[in-house]
Amino acid sequence: MRRVEVAASTGVAAFLVLVFIAVGALAGMRGVVQAGMLMLVGVLAAGFLADRFAQRRVRAWAYCEHDDDLLVQRGVMISRLSVVPYGRMQFIDVIAGPIERAFGLATVRMHTAAAASEARIPGLSQDEAARLRDHLAELGEAKAAGL
Amino acid sequence: MKADPSSGSPVAVPGEPKAAGPLDAGTWHRLHPLSPVIRAGRVLIGLAAVGAGTVLPGGQEGRVGIIGRLPFLGIVIVFGVISWLVTRWRIEDGDLRIETGVIRRQSLRFPLTQIQAIDIVRPALARVIGLSELRLRMGSSAGGAGRLAYLRASEADSVRAQLLALSRGSSQLPAQDPVPVSERVLTSVPLGRLIGSILTSGIAIVVLVLLLALLIAEVVVPAAVVPIISSSGAIGIGLLTVLWRRLNGGYKLTVAETPDGLRLWSGLLDTSAETIPSGRIQAVQMVEPLLWRPLGWVRLEVDVAGRHRREGENAPEGRQLRAVLPVGTREEANRLLGHILPDAPSERSPAPTSARLKSPLRYHNLSWGRNQRYAVTTTGRLARVTSWIPLGKVQSLRLVQGPLQRRLRLATIHLDTAGRSLHSAIRDRDSDEARQVLQELTGLARAARHADGAVHKPEGVPLQLPYMGWSWASRR
Repeated sequence: MRRVEVAASTGVAAFLVLVFIAVGALAGMRGVVQAGMLMLVGVLAAGFLADRFAQRRVRAWAYCEHDDDLLVQRGVMISRLSVVPYGRMQFIDVIAGPIERAFGLATVRMHTAAAASEARIPGLSQDEAARLRDHLAELGEAKAAGL
Repeated sequence: MKADPSSGSPVAVPGEPKAAGPLDAGTWHRLHPLSPVIRAGRVLIGLAAVGAGTVLPGGQEGRVGIIGRLPFLGIVIVFGVISWLVTRWRIEDGDLRIETGVIRRQSLRFPLTQIQAIDIVRPALARVIGLSELRLRMGSSAGGAGRLAYLRASEADSVRAQLLALSRGSSQLPAQDPVPVSERVLTSVPLGRLIGSILTSGIAIVVLVLLLALLIAEVVVPAAVVPIISSSGAIGIGLLTVLWRRLNGGYKLTVAETPDGLRLWSGLLDTSAETIPSGRIQAVQMVEPLLWRPLGWVRLEVDVAGRHRREGENAPEGRQLRAVLPVGTREEANRLLGHILPDAPSERSPAPTSARLKSPLRYHNLSWGRNQRYAVTTTGRLARVTSWIPLGKVQSLRLVQGPLQRRLRLATIHLDTAGRSLHSAIRDRDSDEARQVLQELTGLARAARHADGAVHKPEGVPLQLPYMGWSWASRR
């Protein structure tokens, strides 16, 4: 998911640089073309690196449906592990943006009464997202706890 | 919406609400007819302040300014009367229902079982007439607060008692005349100490520094002083307002224990009486600012879910916690704490020495402890902040480890509660210990939830942080 975004932004940047080179070539300025080439290489390398980071970050994202709690783990540099009791979930969102939809993906997000609680699972297939949502909602209802 | 059997036609205008009369479910009530006057009074004071500003420089212009603004006052009063005419409220089926609005007709329902606290607020003007405002704090994070502004003072008291009784689930309304409930005064704050504490608080120091800077400016460039004052007037007024609010909020603050929960009274000109039902406290925090330490003073604050911004409060103030003890000695605070959270854990284990590298300023304050019902953590760079969190109120737990912490084998556990502003975390523990603590706290929180009667299922499987069984979000 993130990889797609990274790839897209790299593509846009590369395209801009290409336009830059083309303008330079048309104007017949050799210096501009050379600088443009260097920039193209730089952009592609940055995109590659960003892609690797995104890949690692995506790989680190995991969730586990435990008996009473949902565990969500994420983060490479800063690792975070959230434990959200089912009984504390107030509502569950399934979000699918345009890029996510294009790849048949969705994000499930859990909300508790605490604003700081963070439990978000991106990049689920839409079937899995729907299953998870229904399952969590069911569990949440069964174990609901007052404030 | 459920049909209400006892009410007549909702359009029929009931007369004056009987003063402290029986609040039989179903009849519509009005606010006090003088309420628009009080609301307009605030605007009038605001106008007077603006008017004073315009009057100061020159004569004629100022008079024009005031006269020019008079129509506004008239409009405000007319709108106030209209809004009074269309506003009515009643108790039905365990909800408080308020209907209001002309163009955008609103019918608000406040489920009484979700009340977090009820306040009675009396602005200075309302006190003169003998009215008060009733404010309901609900648990939701977004919904508006239920406000009944204004009721006759005696009526407000009885309505409050009845709402509280209903919120506890007793179906029948309590006896009519509010019996003087047995109240045990726990603490009250002497005025001298309150003023002392405000003078040593951060904002007062800012004000002092600003005054000092102004004084220096006076000496160095005398011509610049008047423009500085006139241009920074708004900031100055803002700072003074904050100081005033603190003084007003803490003036004669008295905490008492009642069967309903904690009752707090305070106020010099605008008085307020708050009730925090027992079992609604999300966290308690004890703050020991650096400047107060030689004096041995502490501040004790409680966090309640869904605390709402008050009218005229800006956002940061709205997020402030309610101080149950704005300033007091440590013994007083501990005594009060014992009433709010009985048998809170006392022993705490300090952070590992490797935490010194990660948080050098915090290190000597870091510690945490727990028992079956509460977790307690201390942190803070300059001020020492101790927070107690009832484990039954914990919404979620987070184990966070940053890059530096990983190198030092440390981790932080955040305890998220539904409270507004109190953020509690067990900072910088050894990472193995932190994982264990996380498992332990999850189990304790579950047990505490069951003990609070929140959930039916009595036992759960103890959390074992699984190394297997994870579903990876995007293994594609």
